[in-house]
Amino acid sequence: MGAHHHSYNFSEQFSFGGKAKTISLIGIVLGVLAIAYGFLTGHAERTFLNLLLMSYYFTCVCAAGLFFCAIQFVAQAGWSASLLRVPQAFSKVLPFASVVLVIVVAAGLFSHNLYGSWNHAPGEGAGHHFSDSKAFYLSPLFFIGRLILFLGAYSIFGLLLSKLSVNEDVHGGLKSYEKSIKYSTIFLVIFGFTTPLWAFDTIMSLEAHWFSTMFGWYNFAAMWVSGMAAISIVVILLTKAGHMPWIKDSHIHNLGLFVFAFSIFWTYIWFAQFLLIYYANIPEETVYFFKRWEGFYLPLFWINLIINFLSPVLILMSRDAKRKTNILLSVCILLLFGHWLDYYMMIMPGTIGDAAGFGIVEIGTILGFAGLFTFAVLSSLSKAPLAPKNHPFLEESLNHQI
Amino acid sequence: MSKIKYILGLFDDPDQMMHGIDKLQENKIGIYDVYTPMPIHGIDDKLGIKRSRLGFVAFCCGITGTATALGLMYFTMSYDWPMNIGGKPNFAVANFIPITFELTVLFCALGMVAAFFYATHLFPGRAPRVMELRASDDRFVIAIDASTVTDSTQVDSLLKEAGAVEIKHNDRKYISYE
Repeated sequence: MGAHHHSYNFSEQFSFGGKAKTISLIGIVLGVLAIAYGFLTGHAERTFLNLLLMSYYFTCVCAAGLFFCAIQFVAQAGWSASLLRVPQAFSKVLPFASVVLVIVVAAGLFSHNLYGSWNHAPGEGAGHHFSDSKAFYLSPLFFIGRLILFLGAYSIFGLLLSKLSVNEDVHGGLKSYEKSIKYSTIFLVIFGFTTPLWAFDTIMSLEAHWFSTMFGWYNFAAMWVSGMAAISIVVILLTKAGHMPWIKDSHIHNLGLFVFAFSIFWTYIWFAQFLLIYYANIPEETVYFFKRWEGFYLPLFWINLIINFLSPVLILMSRDAKRKTNILLSVCILLLFGHWLDYYMMIMPGTIGDAAGFGIVEIGTILGFAGLFTFAVLSSLSKAPLAPKNHPFLEESLNHQI
Repeated sequence: MSKIKYILGLFDDPDQMMHGIDKLQENKIGIYDVYTPMPIHGIDDKLGIKRSRLGFVAFCCGITGTATALGLMYFTMSYDWPMNIGGKPNFAVANFIPITFELTVLFCALGMVAAFFYATHLFPGRAPRVMELRASDDRFVIAIDASTVTDSTQVDSLLKEAGAVEIKHNDRKYISYE
């Protein structure tokens, strides 16, 4: 449609300060206090499980940002070029998030507060029933080594892709873009094969006698939905604060489509895992849902499905709902809570069971990691301009219309 | 010249055609329809075309499929001839979900095909209705209903000015492939 005239300032930089900074710092302080409270009142295992939950969630959302960037490059997508700096900020935080997760897992392993089903403290490890190969697979050093290897590989690609994007800003041309496509392809292959193992290790091995081959993709789906929800929230809040004036309702619509579609994908995987276990009715497998089907967990079992499946399907189905920022924003915030609950339902019933609850420790770790995430992402966002001004598809993104 | 039914302006450039639409609208000349070989962004808003109701049709077809699947399975498996399968309840909702899902998709897809045929008058064996053959090849066509126009020479000159490469005065609404 001919020449387009726009007068956007692509070198505009987000400055992180004021209220956002104060609130995120308060969150971090409250988190530290709650964790200290948890340890001092003798709830070490519960505190560790909450730390594991939130640091895994944090790492997953950052990894989803990197995955989003990689998908956009490999698909040579145009629509997302003007908002790419937001998921890129997530991927720049991935190394830091990975370090947090590795520290939590290592501390939990060596203090014997995590992975009690296979990680026995000296002198009490009488009840092993694993085969030799499984016992080897679940030995602490190999376990930690795997985690460091996977997260290290993702982090390197995260840094590589953001470095290429900075190069593109400085030098222009297509060289950085072509390299980004190449590295994204390699990353996606590595990521695709290793995320199920990452989920098996970090979460599924909490109940090491139970296993499900769907579990890896189940976690991947949760990661991708919560990552898309987080990206949408940051983009919407930035535009509401007057940044990125080039983001139109069509961009918001596309983000909404991702959130909507992958909520259904999550449900599909969740249900595929449930149906197989329900239908086969083998005691070794049904024990997983048996624990989640009684007492304190039964209402949560249904609330999980209502928040993560019914609410996005019913609220986001119409075209208009996806284009209205306030509706999408509320659904995304709801989904972030929903997937916290989803992780809670993966972690708690099989470990501390009835001793779990929702109190100071849970609320504190949520606030702490929310603050940490906000602080880390917004400070990395403020280090680069808000649009990749030499991205070859920037013009297409500015004129995106659906 | 007395029996002109439709005036067609043929453009070889979409931008010029969009400009032509602006020109006609400025002069309050009603546009019957526009035919283009590929989708053009923003043309729906410009012509004031309402959003397609296809989504609503799809939803209705899908819900019909859901109801059919659940109804049929309730009737056969729980009401008419209950059987004990693997010790599950007769109305084992979890087991029925895959079939419910499949029938929802099937009804939705078939319903959409039917809706497409209904909306476009395309039925197998029926000659398609076309106003200008090259509109599916390399021409961007603006069609104007001649009965709504008082001065057809004004329309011609407006289209020419906007860059139309050819102007046709058709005395039949549709041409056929024969």
